[in-house]
Amino acid sequence: MAEKGVGCGRPTGAVVGEKAPEGDAGGKETHEREGKTMVTVKVGGKAPDFEAPAYYKGEFTMVKLSDHLGKWVILCFYPGDFTFV
Amino acid sequence: MSAVADKYSEFQELGVDIISVSVDSQFVHKVWNDEELSKMVEGGIPFPMVSDAGGHLGRAYGVYDEASGVNFRGRFIIDPDGVVQAMEMLTPPVGRKVEESIRQVKAFQHVRKTKGAEAMPSGWEPGKPTLKPGPELVGKVWKVWKP
Repeated sequence: MAEKGVGCGRPTGAVVGEKAPEGDAGGKETHEREGKTMVTVKVGGKAPDFEAPAYYKGEFTMVKLSDHLGKWVILCFYPGDFTFV
Repeated sequence: MSAVADKYSEFQELGVDIISVSVDSQFVHKVWNDEELSKMVEGGIPFPMVSDAGGHLGRAYGVYDEASGVNFRGRFIIDPDGVVQAMEMLTPPVGRKVEESIRQVKAFQHVRKTKGAEAMPSGWEPGKPTLKPGPELVGKVWKVWKP
């Protein structure tokens, strides 16, 4: 991805290692098409892939989860920057 | 996040990539890292800090809270095939313990190395006995393992 750190983070609509559904640029449509929040993650199943802007070592960059296939990954969500815990 | 960054070299030795995610923009991540976290951890945060503005990633992982508009503390261990091996979720007021993530990664890596022939009993730490599931172990776990 050429653009650096612009736009919103989006699930690709596919799990890692698989192509996103045809004609679907991002996960938003797929995700909200049915008008409900879909939880697709479970242990023993493939991780939902995503592409999202990030800050990494002084640069703005894009992170794609499937680029990390072949490595162990710890994906760590937290409520917000500048919080206390 | 500084607690994770503090143990980063250990994760690197285990071949683990870390990715942190919150709904803050990458610009806010930069200021938080540069102004505060870099004063807690030498060199600042050594892994990508992803922006999930809109909570789309959080929704896909089931950690986004619509009421407060933020992601809960969700931690996922993903193996080299992209399979989620472990997840842990906490509400915001309580922080995680990084050592437990390291222990779980070591346990899952051991299972993977043995191609599933060995299983890791409760509280397993490296160097402690593992279990080799099979007909001869049924009813005999007490012989090889105690809490």
